[in-house]
Amino acid sequence: MELKDLIKPENLVYDKTSILEDEPMHYCPGCSHGVVHKILAELIGEMGIQEKTIGVAPVGCAVFAYRYLNIDWQEAAHGRAPAVATGIVRLKPDNFVFTYQGDGDLASIGTAEIMHACNRGENILVIFINNGIYGMTGGQMAPTTLEGMVTSTTPTGRNIDLNGYPMKITDLIAQLPGTSYVTRQAVHTAAATLKCKRSLKKAIENVLDKKGTSFVEVVSTCNSGWKMTPVGANQWMEDNMIPYYPLGDLKDSVKGEHKSEN
Amino acid sequence: MTEEMIIAGFGGQGVLSMGKILAYSGIMEDKEVTWFPSYGPEMRGGTANVTVIISDTRISSPILHEFDTAIILNQQSMDKFEKSVKPGGTLLYDPNGVLTPPSRNDINIYKVEGTKTAIEMGNPKVFNMIVFGSYLKIRPILSLDNVEKGLQKSLPERYHKLIPLNLEAIKKGQEIVETVQEV
Amino acid sequence: MGELRLMKGNEVLAEAAIRCGCDGYFGYPITPQSEVMETLMLRQPWNETGMVVLQAESEVASINMVYGAAGSGKKSMTSSSSPGISLMAEGISYIAGAELPCLIVNVQRGGPGLGTIQPSQADYFQAVKGGGHGDYKLIVLAPASVQEMNDFVDLGFELAFKYRNPAMILTDGALGQMMEKVELADFKPRWTDEEINEKWGDWATTGKPSSRKKNVINSLEMDSDIMEANNRRFQEKYKQMEKEETRYELFQCDDADFIIIAYGSSSRVCQKSVEIARAKGLKVGLLRPITLFPFPNKIIAELARKAKGFLSVEMSAGQMVEDIKLAVYESGRNTRVNHFGRTGGIIPTPSEVVDALEDKFSWELSYGVKRSY
Repeated sequence: MELKDLIKPENLVYDKTSILEDEPMHYCPGCSHGVVHKILAELIGEMGIQEKTIGVAPVGCAVFAYRYLNIDWQEAAHGRAPAVATGIVRLKPDNFVFTYQGDGDLASIGTAEIMHACNRGENILVIFINNGIYGMTGGQMAPTTLEGMVTSTTPTGRNIDLNGYPMKITDLIAQLPGTSYVTRQAVHTAAATLKCKRSLKKAIENVLDKKGTSFVEVVSTCNSGWKMTPVGANQWMEDNMIPYYPLGDLKDSVKGEHKSEN
Repeated sequence: MTEEMIIAGFGGQGVLSMGKILAYSGIMEDKEVTWFPSYGPEMRGGTANVTVIISDTRISSPILHEFDTAIILNQQSMDKFEKSVKPGGTLLYDPNGVLTPPSRNDINIYKVEGTKTAIEMGNPKVFNMIVFGSYLKIRPILSLDNVEKGLQKSLPERYHKLIPLNLEAIKKGQEIVETVQEV
Repeated sequence: MGELRLMKGNEVLAEAAIRCGCDGYFGYPITPQSEVMETLMLRQPWNETGMVVLQAESEVASINMVYGAAGSGKKSMTSSSSPGISLMAEGISYIAGAELPCLIVNVQRGGPGLGTIQPSQADYFQAVKGGGHGDYKLIVLAPASVQEMNDFVDLGFELAFKYRNPAMILTDGALGQMMEKVELADFKPRWTDEEINEKWGDWATTGKPSSRKKNVINSLEMDSDIMEANNRRFQEKYKQMEKEETRYELFQCDDADFIIIAYGSSSRVCQKSVEIARAKGLKVGLLRPITLFPFPNKIIAELARKAKGFLSVEMSAGQMVEDIKLAVYESGRNTRVNHFGRTGGIIPTPSEVVDALEDKFSWELSYGVKRSY
């Protein structure tokens, strides 16, 4: 049988969404970013919201996110994506606006912006990639770096006396009445990825229904920064990251309600 | 015609609002006007002053070091601004709160018992309008019609019912101003 | 004739924003400009024109909100005073790099540091030389009256969109707090989404329709050749501004031996200084730059042919004086340039300026000729 005989609609088992550009990604093999990009792109396609979506890219490994999804984008300064998204959504309330931020961007330099955007209940989706390290700049300590974890700025491991504690910023975010849906997910297995996609879908629906801020943390791997194989990184994340950053919904309500699960 | 003046006293005496009504009345009279306040922590209880300029022509500096007229309502302001009146200029003051009366002999000096009269009228808040009336008597640069329009413009709608009382205070001020010295 | 009112400079900025069809204001309180946001909040323009007003958590956030709004083709603005503008420097650089049109108002106070809340003009360098990182320029407008505070809001937006470049109104606490007669502009409707698509659809993030490629608002470029080409394009744009947008005003310069150069509230003081000097028999004129970038180099070069001296009068230790010297240098003349300034929030008095002029140009005044270096 020839290859051309196989390429027929009835034999199609998987179709790449057109929202995902045919652009080779710069992410390291094994990195979680690619998977999150893919499920986000699929959702934008499946939900038919390409025309109303405006993404805000961060500074960090996802700085080039605008290359990979075929939607309108704004590239924000380091940590400022929630303020940029606020400016867009306040003036264009019928658009779907999301930020895509890493742990250095969101939980360190941009702490004020994320806290206040969530506290105002800006009607946006925040996707928070937490891999416990600064990937882009070469593996320095992040606010979410675990105790004892070796990075290029904690070569003997994160020392609590010197560096303070790994920050559970999503737990803080869940306390803010402006947020409606706050969850922590992962994409290291097929099952986790499907679950994460369901969470993202719900978060997007909440924003489309103008329920306030939805916040999806994705506990992620950085096998390059962690100096591990992709498989080893997945295992290390399960053994070390997830016990400290447990997966699941932290809050599922509407803006203004203080009800909190967990 | 250009009138360059300073109104100076304590915050709360209505110094800034007197200046504002004066400036608005000037606009009603088709004049150019500027109103330049001291601002900052002084607003909250300390000394307050405002420079008001009313002119037939485009106004240059809103900030001045000498004045045609000074309206002085406390001792600190007397110490600071008596010397800033141009020779031949005018100084109007309320003796209540001024311990050392002005001593220059090259300027016109008038006084008004504003504080006392306001209390007699049963409303200390009209103090600044009494002083304003005295000013209009000695420097008749604005018509009373335009002052009334100025009051309407500068007071929020909810205070418009107080305009007759303010006009009465202005008239009272015109009556009671005393000449101390004319040069 | 439009509506006549007696208003503070700060209040007028707010009213003018509403009337010129501004879509969004994002700000953070700081003296001496807090009346801008206070006036807007009291006016509630969202009920009238649909304009959005939001108090941000910091100046850092407010300038980035402006970035987001401007990136969507909306007319957006912020205002602050000196320390707040320093915080915004990052965002302003990104806005210039991403070529976004917006309006930034700096109601200057004295510095450095917390400094004073009294008026100052010590942020001249910050405004005209960029202020943040990288090679960029703002269009800088310097109003000298409450009327111009009103007029320059609309003008600022017009120039910002014409060049896809941030514009700044550089004013100070004196003009912000001062009241003058102002003729308000008539209301202009805000742009509809359709108008924005039509005017700015080739770059604004409005949500990607199938009919066009995606729009990306960005200042990042990893390819140095492309980044240099971007920089060249910016420089071309700034040159075009110099050609087309330079604005200034002359007072009694025709026969002047000495020319005072001053902008904003200093220029008002110096008009009076010219009157005082003329009354003393000194032939003094005033050049008032209205745009600080682009700077009126050409007229300075022209005036340098006849004038025996220039005096830069600023509420700073001497900033604009450097640009005047450059303009004179480029003219090939050797006219002397001096500076007189007060700092710390002090506004010079008109006669102080005349004294300074007589003192600094005593040689020229005694010999009646130009003194060469």
